[in-house]
Amino acid sequence: MSILVNKDTRLVVQGITGRDGSFHTRQMLNYGTKVVAGVTPGKGGTEVEGVPVFNSVAEAVRKTGANTSVIFVPAKFAPNAIYEAIDAGIELIVCISEGIPTIEMVKVIAYLKDKKCRLIGPNSPGLVSPGETKVGILPGHIFKKGNIGVISRSGTLTYEIVDHITRTGLGQSTCIGIGGDPIIGTKFIDCLELFAQDPETEAVVIVGEIGGRDEQDAAEYIKKNFKKPVFGFIAGKTAPPDKRMGHAGAIISGTAGTAAEKIKAFESAGIKVGETPAQVAELIKSTLK
Amino acid sequence: MKIHEYQAKEFFKKYGIPVPKEKVCFSLDEIISTAKEIGLPCVIKAQVMVGGRGKAGGIKVAKTEEEVKTYGSQILGMDIKGLKVKKVLVSEAVDIASEAYLGIIIDRNEKKIVLMACKEGGVEIEEVARQKPEAIYKVYADPLLGLLEHKAREIGLFLYGNTKNAFDCAAIALQLYRLFIENDASLAEINPLVVNSSGNLIALDAKINFDDNALYRHPEIEAMRDRESEDENELLAREKDLSYVKLNGNIGCVVNGAGLAMATMDLVKHYGGEPANFLDIGGSSSPEKVKNALEILLRDRNVKVIFFNIFGGITRCDDVALGILEAKKVLDIKQPIVARLTGTNEDKAREILKEAGLIFAKTMDEGASKAIELLKQL
Repeated sequence: MSILVNKDTRLVVQGITGRDGSFHTRQMLNYGTKVVAGVTPGKGGTEVEGVPVFNSVAEAVRKTGANTSVIFVPAKFAPNAIYEAIDAGIELIVCISEGIPTIEMVKVIAYLKDKKCRLIGPNSPGLVSPGETKVGILPGHIFKKGNIGVISRSGTLTYEIVDHITRTGLGQSTCIGIGGDPIIGTKFIDCLELFAQDPETEAVVIVGEIGGRDEQDAAEYIKKNFKKPVFGFIAGKTAPPDKRMGHAGAIISGTAGTAAEKIKAFESAGIKVGETPAQVAELIKSTLK
Repeated sequence: MKIHEYQAKEFFKKYGIPVPKEKVCFSLDEIISTAKEIGLPCVIKAQVMVGGRGKAGGIKVAKTEEEVKTYGSQILGMDIKGLKVKKVLVSEAVDIASEAYLGIIIDRNEKKIVLMACKEGGVEIEEVARQKPEAIYKVYADPLLGLLEHKAREIGLFLYGNTKNAFDCAAIALQLYRLFIENDASLAEINPLVVNSSGNLIALDAKINFDDNALYRHPEIEAMRDRESEDENELLAREKDLSYVKLNGNIGCVVNGAGLAMATMDLVKHYGGEPANFLDIGGSSSPEKVKNALEILLRDRNVKVIFFNIFGGITRCDDVALGILEAKKVLDIKQPIVARLTGTNEDKAREILKEAGLIFAKTMDEGASKAIELLKQL
């Protein structure tokens, strides 16, 4: 089994005619994802990689039964793309776009309230349930079907850690990139709740980084409620304060949000923390054996 | 993006938030004439974008013309945490009856905009939040309706026992919220907000940070950027669409992706080295971007060894390899380069770089270790 996305995922790509949208549509199709529709207002009636393009998400849902959307539109237009997907009844929205103003995200989150819709991201690399489907830009070849759930605020660092896990012979149930922005739709805790209910997920890896206190909250939740083994990694031990480290959310404000406090929170919750990405995979292997 | 106190005060004036009589000065002559205009005693405040100006001697009260000259010449040109003071704010000295804190940030956990107040002024709010969170009073703005008036009054009544100050404070809070929203701030702080001897509220200090993601729709704010207070390489990197932060070590890192870039710095440190920088060349990186990255890296004279750590996904290793070759042609690169290129088209990359004299590594652990070894041999 897996969480959030699986073989029944019917995907609509918002911004399918753009450079990134069309490239990753091909990559997702190659992985086996059911990409059923694309949307670019004004390009309805055309095709990209054999996928029909519609003028609106609502039309795409009506004609193809799409239930999940992935957003590749530029940051300026991304909030509207999210609103459109919510209104069209999409159940899961995955926003890849990076650079959305934070204040716009505050409004998006408010609009999502009480709707039957989950948002992953923005600034997310997407998610993969190996052997079933891939939604987003993660490189498919590094994943292997298995029992480890992975949740991460980052892209390439996740690939690095997943690659190590796969090389030790273990696989993943679902790997989720929750996004590197300060305000995101789905946080570590939300994913942990889903992994808790997934019988095939035996253990979870949390890849965190400096900034905010999402890791600390996840640690508290795990201490109280989460029974499966959890492993962790925190990036940014050498990051200076008050400097944005690439991701909009990766910033130590004054003395808050440091790697040290997150590692401490993890350890006090019984989470085994790897000092390096390679160590994370070793820890998993030695614990689960 | 950060701006200076005097620039933040200009925003305050525009939004009707009361500030002391004051003026920014660029020379000693200007300081002297401004002090005359404003009257003595006056406060001379260094305009640098770091905390702890007061402790570093960058804020002084001058009671006489002689002191204006002495302090003016001391502060102008002084070094505060590596930043040279090039402008000072000359401000009327306010008789302070009480001090408080009023600030707005985005609460990442609640995913809302939060207004925070504290009865102590001049504090570092993150520190208070940690030491005694109960001292901070919070009200949230409605994401769609904004800061409601009764919420603003709630904050005012928390801070002040008399209704005049409380309601003046509520008005200031509402204006500060408008400023925050209309300009895409990420922080707007009045610290301290004081009551003067006549019982009026005045914003004695001002701090505003802006959301980098929203600068595209505020060219007038981008234009306020003080380029002299920022690291030259960081500015250059931003222009080239690269994410770069200078550190103090000697192993230059070039990485794709922010998380991996941080993890690479940490790994260098883990093996006993010192990273020279954070550098993320981004997702779909062209050879041109790689060349630009190397150019910026080499401007840092401390860099003795270069470490490429690329996990190819969307980033193609052959693009990175071509960029390295291109850079070697046009730049005089004397430093050894350790390259860990894995993933998409890694074989092609090795072929391209066969004759380039690089040191290859299979894993990032091996790459970091090799870079440190090389450093020892230099």
